[in-house]
Amino acid sequence: MSSNKKYWKSVEELNENSSIVETLKQNEFVEQIPADEFLGDKDALEASSTTRRDFLKYVGFSTAAASLAACEGPVVKSIPYVVQPQEIIPGVANYYATTIADGFDFASVLVKTREGRPIKIENNTLAAVNGTANARVNASVLGLYDSLRVQGPKKGGTSISWSTFDKETNQKLTDLKVAGKEIVLLTQTFASPSTSKLISEFKEKYGNVRHVVYDAVSESAALDAYQAKYGERGLANYDFSNAMTIVSVGADFLGDWQGGGFDSGYSKNKIPQNGEMSRHIQFESNMSLTGANADKRVPLTPSEQKIALAKLYSYVVGGSVSGSLPSHIEEAVKKAAAQLKKAGSEGVVVTGIQDVNAQTVVFEINEFLGSKAFDPKTPIKTRQGNDKAVLNLVADMKAGKIGAIIMSGVNPVYTLPNASDFVAGLKKTELSIAFSMKVDETASETQYVAAAPHYLESWGDVELKKGHYALTQPTIRPLFKTRQFQEALLKWNGSDVSYHDYIKETWGTSILGGSSFNQALHDGVYVGAIATETENTSDAETSADVPSGNAASALTASAKKSGLELTLYTKVGMGDGQQANNPWLQEFPDPITRTSWDNYLTISKADADALGLMNKHVANGALNGSYAKVSVNGTTITAPVMIQPGQAKGSVGLAFGYGKTKGLKEEMQTGVNAYALYKDFNTVQNVTIEAAAGEHEFASVQLHNTLMGRGDIIKETSLEIFNTKDKKHWNAVPVVSLNHKETPVTSPEVDLWDEFDRSIGHHFNLSIDLNACTGCGACVIACHAENNVPVVGKTEVRRSRDMHWLRIDRYYSSEESFEGDNEKKDNISGLGSSLSEFGEMENASVNPQVAFQPVMCQHCNHAPCETVCPVAATSHGRQGQNHMAYNRCVGTRYCANNCPYKVRRFNWFLYNGNDEFDYHMNDDLGRMVLNPDVVVRSRGVMEKCSMCIQKTQKTILDAKRDGREIKDGEFQTACSAACGSGAMVFGDINDKESQVAKLKEDKRMYHLLEHVGVKPNVMYQTKVRNTTEA
Amino acid sequence: MRKVIHRKLSKSILSLGLIILLAFTTALSAQGDPAKGKSLFNANCAACHQLDKKMTGPALRNVEARLADEQGLDKDWIYNWVHNSAGVVKSGDAYGNKVYNEYGGAAMTAFPQLSNEDIDNILAYTAEVKAEAPAAAAGGAAVATDNTASTGGVSNEIILGALAILFILLAAGLYLVNKTLRRFASAQNIELPEETKRTPLWKAFVQNQFLMLVVAIFFLLSSAYFVYGYLMQVGVDQGYQPVQPIHFSHKIHAGDNGIDCKYCHSSARTSKTSGIPSLNVCMNCHKSIYEYNGETTPEHSKEFYDGEIKKLYKAAGWDDAEQKYTGNSQPVKWVRIHNLPDFVYFNHSQHVTVAGVECQTCHGPIEEMEVVSQHAPLTMGWCIECHRTTDVNVKDNAYYTKIHEELSKKYGVDKLTAAQMGGLECGKCHY
Repeated sequence: MSSNKKYWKSVEELNENSSIVETLKQNEFVEQIPADEFLGDKDALEASSTTRRDFLKYVGFSTAAASLAACEGPVVKSIPYVVQPQEIIPGVANYYATTIADGFDFASVLVKTREGRPIKIENNTLAAVNGTANARVNASVLGLYDSLRVQGPKKGGTSISWSTFDKETNQKLTDLKVAGKEIVLLTQTFASPSTSKLISEFKEKYGNVRHVVYDAVSESAALDAYQAKYGERGLANYDFSNAMTIVSVGADFLGDWQGGGFDSGYSKNKIPQNGEMSRHIQFESNMSLTGANADKRVPLTPSEQKIALAKLYSYVVGGSVSGSLPSHIEEAVKKAAAQLKKAGSEGVVVTGIQDVNAQTVVFEINEFLGSKAFDPKTPIKTRQGNDKAVLNLVADMKAGKIGAIIMSGVNPVYTLPNASDFVAGLKKTELSIAFSMKVDETASETQYVAAAPHYLESWGDVELKKGHYALTQPTIRPLFKTRQFQEALLKWNGSDVSYHDYIKETWGTSILGGSSFNQALHDGVYVGAIATETENTSDAETSADVPSGNAASALTASAKKSGLELTLYTKVGMGDGQQANNPWLQEFPDPITRTSWDNYLTISKADADALGLMNKHVANGALNGSYAKVSVNGTTITAPVMIQPGQAKGSVGLAFGYGKTKGLKEEMQTGVNAYALYKDFNTVQNVTIEAAAGEHEFASVQLHNTLMGRGDIIKETSLEIFNTKDKKHWNAVPVVSLNHKETPVTSPEVDLWDEFDRSIGHHFNLSIDLNACTGCGACVIACHAENNVPVVGKTEVRRSRDMHWLRIDRYYSSEESFEGDNEKKDNISGLGSSLSEFGEMENASVNPQVAFQPVMCQHCNHAPCETVCPVAATSHGRQGQNHMAYNRCVGTRYCANNCPYKVRRFNWFLYNGNDEFDYHMNDDLGRMVLNPDVVVRSRGVMEKCSMCIQKTQKTILDAKRDGREIKDGEFQTACSAACGSGAMVFGDINDKESQVAKLKEDKRMYHLLEHVGVKPNVMYQTKVRNTTEA
Repeated sequence: MRKVIHRKLSKSILSLGLIILLAFTTALSAQGDPAKGKSLFNANCAACHQLDKKMTGPALRNVEARLADEQGLDKDWIYNWVHNSAGVVKSGDAYGNKVYNEYGGAAMTAFPQLSNEDIDNILAYTAEVKAEAPAAAAGGAAVATDNTASTGGVSNEIILGALAILFILLAAGLYLVNKTLRRFASAQNIELPEETKRTPLWKAFVQNQFLMLVVAIFFLLSSAYFVYGYLMQVGVDQGYQPVQPIHFSHKIHAGDNGIDCKYCHSSARTSKTSGIPSLNVCMNCHKSIYEYNGETTPEHSKEFYDGEIKKLYKAAGWDDAEQKYTGNSQPVKWVRIHNLPDFVYFNHSQHVTVAGVECQTCHGPIEEMEVVSQHAPLTMGWCIECHRTTDVNVKDNAYYTKIHEELSKKYGVDKLTAAQMGGLECGKCHY
């Protein structure tokens, strides 16, 4: 029976008289292909020096030449050592414990070196504090091989020798000393006992010396408050593993709040044990990593935060405060207070408000609660900057009062809001020296650039927290003619001991108390009770802020609201911007916005609509955003706009660390410099915003997607249901119909494939606990470093060609919670309803729930990718890993199309040694970071997570060589080893006693998209949210 | 004064005595057995002393006579020195201290186990006259062999040339005969029988379509065979034998001297790479081995080998005359022979230490190779073949205990091949 149906190709067909439809009936194209036009242009064709015949000759010749050349194998040279160092065996990695202390990131780490090259940063498990490396610390190894590093001392842009440098600077400093002019040391926070001692000696020698400590992103208010209350400059320490109720007012403590490093303690209580888990309530403006992890998140503007904190104080401690809050926030504050009171010593309050009164209020609440998580006795030493001292210095410099300025670890021309004043002041000094790894904004303005080494080439010591010491040791000889600041101080002090000996001596006399220095160096850390002599920064004491008598009411008094409020923040990837030339970090997608290579103004949907700002998705699935002019007190910058679900209405956010212009490759010069708006070192600013012309192209790896009620991707439940109901209510195994009977998808009868016997040997599984995972992304960079994953650049990321083997998906809820989404989806019926409501569900809520989910190759036992590969390039190993033989792959990409998890990555281009991708793999120096045990993939092949087979194989081989069995915990992947929160557990499930085997039997365990029945070897643990109100 | 005179007197008496002794020493040393002495010397002294060359310690040829002549020291001094040199130095002996300081203030190892008789034997060996140039004789022999070789070549050529001339003469003769016969024929008007024009063989062949098809198929198949063969050897460098910057003979080291492979290639035990020894490993032995005294061939003479040792000294920055490092070293750029592609992971320690595979299994008879060449094809087929047929060495290895037990039950075999252990999986070598 023939059909009379008419098939429509285009709406144009509705138009009866359309010429296009008429033309298309006859021709393939509406317009002629302009071939004649091109070929008809005789002049142009003849003017070309290459005729068609010549062209063919060239092609033929080059093809023949290329194929002939390919037949000849290259001669490979092998050059052994003349004298091989005893500890180096080629092909075997050595590990050294060291400490990063770049003024922003402080962490005890292990450095993996191969043939003397540091290639990877790992966590130092011996360290009691700051033992986990975040994404930036993981990426810091690449900074060692930065091709733009300064290779020797410079004067006015030309290279000089160190002896010239010494002669000239010594002369100048002596002259200044004689003239009685002031010499200023402007440095990062070193927190280093030896450096403090050195600076004291320098002061003694040169007399009129001022030491100003400058943190680019200041914690000055918190330091002042701590100093006023406890008489010492430091930050109160918090151990969240002792807290069952956490209330945070604007503190991004899973990010960089007060130096960071709180996430491992936090995650411990996030895993429900014996029916209990911690409850975390977050009051904040920007959607931060911490807010995303909170059990309850209350968006509010920065000025409301102050009132909320004051009210919290009054509800918990007592007293009354003025100021009013919207009723729902008021309610939330009351509930939080009640919960805190109930928790008593198991409660803790933290705040990120840069206000000495706010910080004092928090101390008082915590003391009132007797909080066990609050530890003022071992203060954090890694932030010591003083805003007032810095501002005074800039004023003095401008007034011409400063004779010399020596800077180390700081880049004030980039990070100061009044950078032009600083530059003007710099011109008035008689001597200006910058110790820097780059000719950055500051170093290009100083007379001398003293080439500084990377921390992996330096000696050093750090007091991370009071009594917790750590050592920095070089893991490679200095690559260039560099000298660290401390060595230069020793020279200026007229000493000829090396800094290494100096540290040894300092430690021997005042820290170790008889313990072995070599042991401390081996461990990288030392915990001692002996107090060290701290440098007397008299300047800092006089200029510290003092909280007012009644901090809470002073706090509310300072809460003035006018217009939009901007909160400046640091991104997990970029921090304060020191590592802006690090392509790994540039390409690292922000955990919240999932956008790489940019910073942007985050704004709520309501505000954006009111201001006429918008985000839109373009044809290739990428995101475009409007530009906005952001003005603070006359300073205006133009930034792209990102509409951020969860951003408090009336507030906007902008990240530091971008918009650098000097000392980095052109590709890395991304974003705008937010430091320009960092007036008076206050992260909160009143701003006016207006729309600007143009559209910005973002490189997002994921848009602002919602989960759309698909509970089989992220399974989530509340603590109450988890405790009271059976597993099938909150973690049901999907069923399929077999003979009209519901059969669990995991049962063998409904399987397309025959099961192999995997009970013999090892069978690797990876468990990811969605409760413990904070989304910090350390695993993403660790994977990058371990597996030689290429960086593809902004335009390629925008085309969804990012190469990350491990991604951390971020999902928003469309309703208030994911549970709401599920209900809404289940209640959709009928065509009309589904059209409208599914459409609504695509949009994230104003204050959505957020969930993070690390996804890598799931190593399916019944892998759909393996069956479609025409050349059998991907196959399954007995140990559970899905193998990928790159040399066999011909690049059909069938596997990627057949992968339900979209974890396969295709090499569209040759990413190494290609000028089009001018990142670390394009120069010899940058390639030094490559892991020699993992092949660098070429163009046209598919790649993906291998479950770090090179690491599992190495563990097996080591055991075979020693003739022993493998203990649980020995097997690690790069991601599981990097995970500081214990969310990722890797191991052998055939070892029934192993942690991962037990996790596989856990009732929270589920597989991603289990209903497809591919039997993955990666499992997830259901996310449980503590929604129990007090 | 008297004392002085006495001393002088005693000294002169002593020297007189020495002269007498000297006269006897030759006789005495003649009593010592140079052959025994040689073996004792090689066992005890050769690590630091040579007969004609300064090493860690001084050259020892004619040491006894020299000491007596130049220093006036007798044999007892030598006995004392050998038995306890440190003691001699301590006692303030002038010459003893001089030598001690000259050689970097390192005391000679004491040899209390050597009896005076042993020392006599050694001294007898050191007193032997230096043998003169056996090399010359060897050289002569080489020339002789050369000559015989070249005569062989000439005679062959002559025979061949003679045969060729004979052949040309024959051909010319036949042609002339033919020509003469034709002339006779034409002279006598005898008509030569015209050959019937048959279709030529090649034409018939071309016209036969079946044959053409068969030939075409044959041609295609054989060319495919050769193309395949050609392509399959691309990148296979079996027999690759590059010239190295220093002619290092594995035959002499591993073969003649029987040095264990892993003495130099020590990282083969623990690492993925076998490791090319660093120059300090070479110098462990070559500090004292400064010349080659083994078998030589015309191509590789003693001078040639000694020259190669000189190259090593230059690279390591060793001043052989002064017996010390100059600090000017130059790393040696060896040419790598066994090259695996980047996408293959191979680990020596897995094979050498765990599996206990002999080096020769893959690298061939290295101990016979004057110049090393690539013995194995290093193709994947070659790897797989071995993994299929080789039993895993599970003995006394606790790692394998459980898996071996389970797998052998599963496969019903006692021994397991690498393949049965999963040694054929792609990801085991490609990642």
